Formats: sequence, structure tokens, C-alpha cells
Amino acid sequence: MSETAPARKGKRKFELDPRLAGYKGVWVFIEHERGRVHPVSWELLGEGRKLADMLGVALSGVVLGEPGATTRNFCEEAFYHGADRCYLIEDDILKDYRNEPFTKGMTDLVNAHQPEILLLGATTQGRDLAGSVATTLQTGLTADCTGLTIDPDNRSLAATRPTFGGSLLCTIVTLNYRPQMATVRPRVMAMPARDESRRGAIVEHPLNMVEANIITKVLEYIPDAMQDKPQLPFADIIVSGGRGMKKPENFQLIWDLAQVLGAEVGASRPVVQAGWADLERQVGQSGKTVRPKLYIAAGISGAIQHRVGMEASDCIVAINNDPNAPIFDFATFGIVGNAMHILPALTETFRQQLATTKIAS
Amino acid sequence: MSEKFDAIVVGAGPSGNTAAYTLAKSGLNVLQLERGETPGTKNVQGAILYSDALERIIPDFRDDAPLERHLIEQRMWVLDDESFVGSHYRSEGFNQPPYNRYTIIRAAFDKWFSEKVRQAGALVICETTVTDLLRDDKNRVVGVQVDREGGSIYADVVILADGVNSLLAKKAGFHAELDPTHVGLAVKEMHFLPEETIEQRFNVGEDEGVVIELFGKVTQGMMGTGFLYTNKESLSIGVGCMLSDFKTQKISPYALLENMKNHPSIKPLLADGEMKEYTAHLIPEGGYKAIPRIAGDGWMIVGDAGMFVNAVHREGSNLAMTTGRLAAETVVALMQESKPMTEANLAAYRNRLDDSFVMKDLKKYKEMPEIFHRNNQFFTTYPELINRSAHTMLKVDGVDKKTKEREIFSSFTHKRSLFGLMGDAYKLWRAFR
Amino acid sequence: MHIVVCIKQVPDSAQIRVHPVTNTIMRQGVPAIINPYDLFALEEALRLKDKFGGTITVITMGPPQAEAALRKALSFGADDAILVTDRAFAGADTLATSCALASVIRQIQNNMPVDMVFTGKQTIDGDTAQVGPGVAKRLGLQLLSYVSRIAAVDVEQREIVVQRRAEGGVQVLKTALPCLVTMLEGTNEMRFATMPNMFRAARHPLKVWDKDAAGIEDMTKIGLKGSPTVVSKVFAPTPKSARAEIIAVESGEPKDMAVTLLAKMFTRFPQIEKQLTQQA
Ligand SMILES: Cc1cc2nc3c(=O)[nH]c(=O)nc-3n(C[C@H](O)[C@H](O)[C@H](O)COP(=O)(O)OP(=O)(O)OC[C@H]3O[C@@H](n4cnc5c(N)ncnc54)[C@H](O)[C@@H]3O)c2cc1C
Ligand SMILES: Cc1cc2nc3c(=O)[nH]c(=O)nc-3n(C[C@H](O)[C@H](O)[C@H](O)COP(=O)(O)OP(=O)(O)OC[C@H]3O[C@@H](n4cnc5c(N)ncnc54)[C@H](O)[C@@H]3O)c2cc1C
Ligand SMILES: Nc1ncnc2c1ncn2[C@@H]1O[C@H](COP(=O)(O)O)[C@@H](O)[C@H]1O
Repeated sequence: MSETAPARKGKRKFELDPRLAGYKGVWVFIEHERGRVHPVSWELLGEGRKLADMLGVALSGVVLGEPGATTRNFCEEAFYHGADRCYLIEDDILKDYRNEPFTKGMTDLVNAHQPEILLLGATTQGRDLAGSVATTLQTGLTADCTGLTIDPDNRSLAATRPTFGGSLLCTIVTLNYRPQMATVRPRVMAMPARDESRRGAIVEHPLNMVEANIITKVLEYIPDAMQDKPQLPFADIIVSGGRGMKKPENFQLIWDLAQVLGAEVGASRPVVQAGWADLERQVGQSGKTVRPKLYIAAGISGAIQHRVGMEASDCIVAINNDPNAPIFDFATFGIVGNAMHILPALTETFRQQLATTKIAS
Repeated sequence: MSEKFDAIVVGAGPSGNTAAYTLAKSGLNVLQLERGETPGTKNVQGAILYSDALERIIPDFRDDAPLERHLIEQRMWVLDDESFVGSHYRSEGFNQPPYNRYTIIRAAFDKWFSEKVRQAGALVICETTVTDLLRDDKNRVVGVQVDREGGSIYADVVILADGVNSLLAKKAGFHAELDPTHVGLAVKEMHFLPEETIEQRFNVGEDEGVVIELFGKVTQGMMGTGFLYTNKESLSIGVGCMLSDFKTQKISPYALLENMKNHPSIKPLLADGEMKEYTAHLIPEGGYKAIPRIAGDGWMIVGDAGMFVNAVHREGSNLAMTTGRLAAETVVALMQESKPMTEANLAAYRNRLDDSFVMKDLKKYKEMPEIFHRNNQFFTTYPELINRSAHTMLKVDGVDKKTKEREIFSSFTHKRSLFGLMGDAYKLWRAFR
Repeated sequence: MHIVVCIKQVPDSAQIRVHPVTNTIMRQGVPAIINPYDLFALEEALRLKDKFGGTITVITMGPPQAEAALRKALSFGADDAILVTDRAFAGADTLATSCALASVIRQIQNNMPVDMVFTGKQTIDGDTAQVGPGVAKRLGLQLLSYVSRIAAVDVEQREIVVQRRAEGGVQVLKTALPCLVTMLEGTNEMRFATMPNMFRAARHPLKVWDKDAAGIEDMTKIGLKGSPTVVSKVFAPTPKSARAEIIAVESGEPKDMAVTLLAKMFTRFPQIEKQLTQQA
């Protein structure tokens, strides 16, 4: 008994409700924490730029934060990354992220300025906010998208995301509701070039809330100990191991190569589940999305759930003893052989190569 | 406070389900315990369902049971390394409802069956393993212990339907350790294919199915057989041999199945399929002589746990259902007469079994396991000879047929002396008598 | 303390297969399980009950088979269970789901005030992490999402302190009850059900609510009608056209393969060589 996926059939032709026709423009929520903007916001501006250009509308950033130069500077940075405009709410209440005031600020802005598309990062902050905002505005929200485009037929946002445990993709549209909201994971979209010559307009708005009326308080913020947290999503080189490494001891070969390359270590899910590597190192659909310059995958079959997390890498080197392993279908270079022999050889070769360049330079 | 029931049934395979169903239908307070997450999750079978045994308790089972295909054709292939000689029996008679045999997928079937048991009024609890039997000071079984906190549960009678290799029966001393020459080890895979592909490949219509029995070199000299069944949109393929043979020959069951799948006559049937489940399971094949004690004070054994399998005809689930029903009927009769569940009273179960096809069939083949076991020529030499003969006869190469016949005869006597051939014929006759 | 836990029955996505020819999902034999993330929510609720006493009501919206998920939750120690099932709910997206669940919780409130609502971080089939925040918003509950630890609960003062996973750190939040918590994975381990609880779960008279019992008045807000998002297309990922260039050397020696790979790689991707040299 197979059944067709529950796609509500076909492209439903529809006329946009005239009351919604006034919704124009693409917005990106500029997420920040402790004075740092989350890079996903810039990635979204890059993607938002394309959408805005397709629609022939403006691209705007939305910045909510405490009053001061730091917050204003976020607006400038948004212009450098492609925004034409920034909607800004400055208020002491917005010092830390909290659901209630951020939801109010964001929904007020949307109601006042009526964007047709609103994009947020699929981070703990972005998802927390997106869910509340979509519910308040009673509009559709597509989570965790991997692709965004505009349907030329009706100017609506077509958001593509994995479904059924990643075995399939689906494209979702939001019918007669505005804005059309979507969240996108970090590193799924490319980082746009930063252009300091770009300028834009800042549109300010009040928050209209009093701290005494806000129930939830932030008592403390405990930063992660960065040193020992792998920074996979932003690594330039990643050496990853899969179940084909056979034994936890063999995983040392991955670390050895990573050390020579100054690379981060990644892993496939079975390896993480077996406890050979911690969760932070899992690459793939239920792990991190990465896009390094070089991704070396040893003993990884290349299942779709792993692939979606790393296929945006510039160069993928696959080491696998099965010439038919699916990873060879999309890797850049393949070595068919036993990872336990290939990895040490690679480590040694890189070591020598780097030693010579060092002497030469 | 501990709970007390009229009867506890351990296991939710066909034997346990039939027993629990029959007991509950008669109004008894029944608890059924199953260690699997849902009934059927861990159960393995070919699987062919024989209607008769089920029909006796649920006459209208065809209305909603998850049945795959009804069988209209039986193929028997004797294979050597590159060819097979086969017979096919196909009958429109098998295509008339009510159908006699169906392929099923146990996971779905057992779940359905369990729902019927629940509806009949039994309390069914899964994910709970019975770890021991509770006894009173006279050593009578009075209940079970399960692997959960607060897990002592009492009953007048405990029916062990926990399948082959019943740990409980062993622990309680009702069974000896399984004798490896009495159990088969079967491995099985499911290969998924679109419905239409299966129907084209096997030349059948919608809901119609085919069974292929595989015999010969596919078991690499070990005592056993292979099978290939058509489900609705998958094929079940498997091979089973005696556990003792696997041990002595040092062949891995997985390699055996891989090898069989690559046989040139089998491979095209599986082409483009997507392999899903790989499972392995034991089959009690000791036959009549291996049946242990099957009842005592406060306990009974049904199904595979009691070695009730007819290996020759690949019947198991129907014997399981029949023994489950007969055990339950014995209990119901005693309860109605307010008689205690003593060894003497429960002996009526054995009598019911003796009167049924279960014991009659098992008795008929009681020599079979030993004969095949001591004579592996049935699995190696003969299949080769038969295939070579067919090849010789069918190949057109200018040699006259008379000479070919002589060649075939001499190849037989060369491999097995004339005396050996006659002996083998006698043995076969005895085994099947 | 009265806690409502929202759980969803989902197909075990690890076992879902896609039909090789028709590209449709084959659900046959795929077991249905409680959304694994929801178990963290349920266990956390059970721990609060262990500490402060009270009642746990589990609810699920889904097909009649979802009964199994509720019974399982009962066996772990939940006190009551409500199966919300009606054809009218079919085809719901997250907005419509949160509308239905919020309405159900309001009905529950009418009998016994609710102090906390728990949901999982996200489901493994929908994977959106939106239903929790949506329910909170509709019920006007304080939202505590991605909670990694419940640090303190003051039942008298009706206050709660939690640790919430944020980007790059942990927020310690204090808020007032009633609130909604979406629980992060890996924060606890589900207990093993006792035999008396197994018996209770098997015998518990489950409440089955249709849309009327759930208090739904506006039919345009639930099910397909109440769902702004529409799946327009389902498709298999397209394979990248170019297959890997296989590094083959005559000697077959790993060492030679490595040398060849480096040469080829640095020619095609000079930026990688540059990166490495800079690092060195
Ligand atoms: C909902 C869901 C989410 C998932 N999320 C993720 C995720 O985020 N990340 C993820 O990675 N997976 C994820 N998976 C699991 C994914 O489907 C695969 O099971 C997993 O990626 C396989 O890991 P692997 O390649 O390490 O192991 P395998 O598939 O077992 O592959 C091992 C490979 O090693 C090769 N090999 C064996 N020995 C050697 C040797 N000596 N030398 C070289 N090669 C060798 C084999 O040929 C094989 O190709 C998810 C699955 C589901 C259902
Ligand atoms: C590969 C293969 C092919 C077969 N093909 C066929 C066929 O085509 N037709 C046919 O009729 N027969 C066939 N059989 C035989 C048939 O499967 C068995 O005879 C039948 O399943 C026996 O039923 P049962 O109820 O006795 O045992 P089982 O089906 O094994 O059920 C035992 C149940 O008890 C549970 N259990 C075990 N221990 C405990 C415990 N301690 N506590 C709680 N629960 C416990 C198990 O989880 C299981 O659910 C085949 C067998 C195999 C292995
Ligand atoms: N149909 C449902 N019934 C009950 N709870 C649900 C349902 N769908 C989602 N939830 C809850 O909402 C959480 C987030 O789901 P989702 O937004 O689909 O990722 C889940 O972990 C559940 O706790």
C-alpha cells in the first residue's frame, strides 16, 4: 500500500485578496545576541536581495535592540549586506531577546508597513519569534527552508524544505495571507559580499511597552565556552568520519588529518549516536549545515540526510571502499579504498606539502 | 496489590493470540503479555497463512485481516549452481474464494490479530517481558514475574506461547537446551517492488500470488531449503538450514542468502527491488520426537515453544493456532466444571492434540529430520545430477538420445552407486510415508 | 499543579522509504511512535509532578490510532489523556494545529485550571517547532522555548526559573505561571513504566473529543481551511549531475593517491591551497 504524499494537489490558481495587495517588500529579521549579529541574517539578506529584485520591490532589515551605537551599527551593516532600508525599534526593554516584546515590536512593524515576505533565521531565537509572530498575525510560516524563490505566475513565495525525514523535498506556498513567512537555517544560503559603499534609510518606530508589564525577566546569560565548542558551520576545512571508520579508535585518524589541516572534525549521525563524536559535530539534516572550502568525508555513504548538510561545500573529497557509494554521485574527488590506509597517507602528504610551503615562504 | 487472572498467556504470536482469543471469548479473565513493542514487531515468518486454523476461531477473518496475495501457483525448483529443474503447479481452483492460502506480513497480521484479541476482552500488554514463572510451595505454577517494578502477576494457569527457544520453559526445567540438530536457522529479506512489476514478473493478476520452494545447491550442502514468496508489493526471500550445519560448515547465514539471491535464475526476479528488512529466526524442526512435556501443574505450552512445526510442509503458524486453540478449549472446559488446573486435568490437552492433525502429521514425518540430516546427498549430489541430466537431454549437439540416457544413468551411478541410489529411494519413501 | 503535555504520534521517519519509481512515500510497516522530542517534555512534567504533586493531562490531535501514543504516555505516569480526533482537523498546518490545541486546552481549563503546558521542541515529521509558540500565543501564556533545564519552581509564588538555549549561550529566564515550555532534547531520560502503571494505562477510559467537544466554533480556523500554507509540490532531490572524479593511480598505493589528489585539488581549487598556506 503506497500512498501519494499528501500534497494538496496542483497549483491552486487564486486571486490575491485586494486587501492584501498593499503588502509590498521583502523583510529580513536581523538577529543579534550580545552585540553580535548572527551571520544567518546576512545570508538571508543575500537571498532576500534576489527575491526583492525578482519582485521589483525594496529589501529591508528589521532591527530591534537597545538604544545606542551598536544597534544603529547593525542597520549600517544591513545596508552593506544588501538592504535598502531598515526598520528600527530602539528600547531598553529590547536589550536581551525575549519573546513578548520582540513579538510585539515585530507585529506592530508588520501591521504598520505591510511587507509581503518576512524571513528569519531558523535559530532558537528566530524560531521562537517566528512562531509567535505568525500566530499573532494569523499567517502562514514555512520552517527550515532550503530554497526560496518567487512563483512568476502569482508573485508568491515558493519555499522548499525537506519532508518525511529528509527523503523528499516539498515546495510550500502561502495562499491568501500576508506576510509570507519563512525560516532558513544558518549556512544554507551563501554569504553575500559586503559592500561598504551601500547606504540606506532608517525608519524608526516606538515599542510602546513598559518593563513593569512584561512578565518574563532575563536573570542571566551564560555564554558557551567557545573554546571547546566546535565551530563547524563556519569552518573552512572539515574532515568528517562515518560509520565506515568501524571503531572509535580509528576515529583518531580523522583527528590526525584535521590537526594537520587546521580543520574542524565532523561526523555522520550513526557515529554521533555511537558516541564516537559529540552532537555538536553532527553534519546533516538533524545536525549542522556546513559550507567549507574543503570537506573530506571518510567512510560516509552519502545518505540524503547527510548530504543536505554538506553539499554546498566548494570541494568534497570522498573516501569510501565501495565504488557504488552514493557519496561519489556528488563528491568532487573520490578515492575508492580503505579509509584506514588512505587517511594516514593523506595526513602525511599534507604534512610534507605544508612543511615545504612553509620553508619556501 | 498484585493482580490475579484466570489465565495468563505469554507471547502474542499466532499461538498466543489464538489461545488468548479463545479464552477471552469464553468469558475468562485473560492477561496476555508480549515483549515486543507491538505484537508482531519481532516476529518472523515466510510467511504463508493457511486459512483453516484461523477460520475455526474467526470465520470471517477475510473481511479485515491484512492479507497480501492468495496463492494460485506453487513452484518447486531444484537448483545447482547455474540452473534449476522445476515443477509448477497452478490451478484456477486456487483462484476460487474462499481462498486456502495467503501470503501475509507478520508485523501487520499480528497487529490485526492482537486487536481481535483485545476486542474479545483480553487485557493485552506489550513491551513487557516475562522473566520467570511464579510457583507456590508445592511447586505449582501460580503466575509470572515480569521485567517491571511491581511485576508479580497471578493466574490459575499460565500458557507459554513464547515461541521457539522458550527461555521460560528452559528456566522452569520443562525443556532441555535446544538441540542444534533440532532447530533450523532461517534468514529472510523483504525486497520492495511495484505491484505491477511483481504481477508481470510472476505472471499473476491482482491479489494473486506465487510460492517458489528452492531446494538443492542453494543450501551449499546443508540440510534446508529456500523460499521466495510474492506479497502485494514486496517479495519475501529466505533460506533456512539446520543450526548444527551452520556451525559445522562455518557458513554464515547472511552469505548463504546473498549467494542464493545471486543465482542466475533468482537474481532477475529480484532486480530493481529495494531491500528492506533483514531478519533471522529459529524454526523448531525436530518434529515429533522433539516435542517436550507440554503441560503440568498450572502451565501449558503451545506453538513453536512446544516444537509444533511441520518442517516438511512448511507449516507452523497453523499448528501454533491449533495448539493454542486446543489448550484454551481445555482450560475453558475445566473452568466450566470448576476443576483445578492440575497436571492430571490438563492432560486432556494432550489427548485433544493426539486426535488432531497436529500430532497425526508430526508422527507421519517423525523419521524425516534424521534421514535428511544423515544424508546430505539430497542437497548436493542429486540437485547437480538432475540439472546435469536436464542439460544433457535438452542440449542439441548431434549426440543421439539413447547415448544421452546412458550418459545420464552412468553419471548417477558414478556419483552414487546403484546400491546407494536404491537406498536413497527407500529413505525418501520412509521419510514421507 | 495541573500540567498539560502535548504529544504527537509520528511515523518513525528513520524507517520511511520512498517508492523508487513513483517517488511517493511508502508507509507500510513504518511504526508509529511518540514524537521523540515530546518524551523529554513528558518526562520533565512527570518530574515536576514527583516533586510537587498534581495532575498531568496528555493531549494529542491525530487519527484514532494515536490512542496508542496516549496509552503509552499513561503508562509512564500521566493521569489523564484526551484524543482529539475529527475529520475536520485533517490537513492542518501549524497555525491550524495550534488553534485546535489551544481550544482543547481552554476546554480543559474549564474543569481544572492549567498551570503549565509542555510541548516538545519540534516534531520529526513536521519539524517546524512552531506549534508550541503558537499555542502559547493563543492562550496568552508566557513562552519558554528550547528549555534545557527547569532550575526552580515556586508553587506558592507561582514563579518559575528556567535555562533556555540561546544562540551562543544560555539564557536564565524567570517568569510567572501559567506558562508554556518547549523542552530541548537530551535533557532527561524517560523512565521505565511500572507494572501497575501498565495495567492502569491499558484500562484507562480514554477521552475522545471531536471538534465540538474541543470547543471549536469557527470552522474556518481549523484543518485544511484554517491552514495558510499549502504544499504545492513534493519531489525527490535531484542528483548533482557531475559524478566525482575518481583518483586512480597505477600503483594503487595510498601514498600515490594522496599525492595525485593534492595536485588535482590544488589546480582546481587554488583557494584551498591558499587557505592552507596562510594557516601554515
Ligand atoms: C530523520 C533523519 C535525520 C537524519 N539526520 C542525519 C544527519 O543530520 N546527519 C547524518 O549524517 N545522518 C542523518 N541521518 C541518517 C542518514 O540517513 C544515514 O543513516 C547516515 O548518514 C549514514 O551514516 P554513514 O554514512 O556514516 O554510515 P553508513 O551509511 O553505514 O555508511 C558507511 C560507509 O562507509 C563505507 N566504508 C565501510 N568501511 C570502509 C572503509 N574501511 N574505508 C572506507 N569506507 C568504508 C561503506 O561503504 C559505507 O558507504 C538521518 C536520518 C533520518 C531518518
Ligand atoms: C523464516 C520462517 C518462515 C516461516 N514460514 C512459515 C510459513 O510460511 N507458514 C507457516 O505457517 N509457518 C511458517 N513459519 C513458522 C511460524 O512462523 C511459526 O511456527 C509461528 O510463528 C509460531 O507461532 P508462535 O505463536 O508459537 O510463536 P511466535 O510467532 O514466535 O510468537 C512468540 C511471541 O512470544 C513473545 N515472547 C517470547 N518470549 C517472551 C517473554 N518472555 N515474555 C513476553 N513475550 C515473549 C515474542 O515476542 C513473540 O511475539 C516460518 C518460520 C520462519 C522462521
Ligand atoms: N497534532 C498534535 N497534537 C498534539 N501536540 C502536537 C501536535 N502537533 C505538534 N504538537 C506539539 O508541538 C510540538 C512542536 O511541533 P511542530 O511545530 O510540528 O514541530 C510537538 O513537539 C508537540 O509537543
